[in-house]
Amino acid sequence: MNEIEDLFRRHPFAAGLDDEIIAFIAGCASNAVFPAGSYLFREGAAADRFYLIRHGTVAVETYLPGHGAMTVLTVKDGELLGASWLIPPYRYAFDGRAVELTRVLAFNAKCLREKAEADHHVGYELMKRFIPPLIARLQIARLQALDCDGVAAVTADD
Amino acid sequence: MQPRFLTVQQRVAETADVVTLTLDNAPPGQAPPGFRPGQFNMLYCFGIGEIPVSISSDATCPERLDHTIRAVGTVSRALTRLEPGDRVGVRGPFGNHWPLAAAVDLDVLVMASGIGLVPLRPVLYHLLHERADYGRVALLYGARTPANLLFQPEIEQWRRTPGLDLRVTMSRAGPEWPGDVGYVTAQLPKIRCDPAATLAMVCGPEPMIRSSAVALEALGIGAERIFVSLERNMKCALGLCGRCQLGPLFICRDGPVFSWRQVQHLLPVREL
Repeated sequence: MNEIEDLFRRHPFAAGLDDEIIAFIAGCASNAVFPAGSYLFREGAAADRFYLIRHGTVAVETYLPGHGAMTVLTVKDGELLGASWLIPPYRYAFDGRAVELTRVLAFNAKCLREKAEADHHVGYELMKRFIPPLIARLQIARLQALDCDGVAAVTADD
Repeated sequence: MQPRFLTVQQRVAETADVVTLTLDNAPPGQAPPGFRPGQFNMLYCFGIGEIPVSISSDATCPERLDHTIRAVGTVSRALTRLEPGDRVGVRGPFGNHWPLAAAVDLDVLVMASGIGLVPLRPVLYHLLHERADYGRVALLYGARTPANLLFQPEIEQWRRTPGLDLRVTMSRAGPEWPGDVGYVTAQLPKIRCDPAATLAMVCGPEPMIRSSAVALEALGIGAERIFVSLERNMKCALGLCGRCQLGPLFICRDGPVFSWRQVQHLLPVREL
């Protein structure tokens, strides 16, 4: 087993995957380190990677003129980062900035898409691991959009 | 029940629209009336009206009674404008309290969002006073932006407190916030606890309460060990007027603290 396979196996994303699929998917991965303040990806750029965070924190940001970079989500150890590689036009929708020294497994998106297309079982295993965090983030985004912390549950004294 | 008349000792502006009033609760020659974490008082602003407000201070120091108030309506706006020396009418304390005795020897997970931290602040004081009685203790607190963070000096102090796993999340933030951004529920998978021996206490806007309780259940914490504090339009605080009725429950009399098992089937019903 090579080092990348081993790192991938130890990431929560790989839990439940059999050895064959781990080796197959790990073939698309490389190890990468981002110093604090550096960008993993920029909004509008080709979404040619997705990342599994091994250690560190990444802020998912968008730039608001007059306000600067606004963080909409932070992603940390054990989580996945980047879903834009899944759907055309394969462009990142946000900036991804390392808040601290961040170590990741970076997966070549085209390589993964081709493997998923060639073996739908692999594709299904990938989807089973992508959908739960993406649904969770969608639900969280809805609560953030509601801004319900800014609304009193009742205005008992109006 | 007649109100007592207490004097404002201190006014602290927590955020642009949230104020903590410290009331002198030490009647001359008498022991100050006590309270339990989670209870509330009815605060009467003279000539304007009366509203329920959670007690946010340390129950072991009942002579100083903190109420943290968000200016959302006529009475709350008037209360937040009071200054030291002003007087306020106080009825209470009312309602039940957080199940701190039932949490002894268990891991304790405290989840708060926005102004929901107010009724849980006395819980934090208690847990830290009696730290040896509990297992792992975590506070997950979410706020809209860094400018909406309540009790900031205390939050900083709690960050450095051994035995308290504090995780603060902003819904959105600019470069000034170095911490986590997302929603308070996203912190749950990162918390170390034994779900079979964990008691959770949750307070915040109702969508946050519902989503948190569901996420806690998904972690394996039983609905009978998830407790939530609810807010409804209270008037009498005595279970007589019915304004705060939620199905068979009166929030003021039977609550405001309920187990998730008691209320999970009631909260999604809009007609209630």
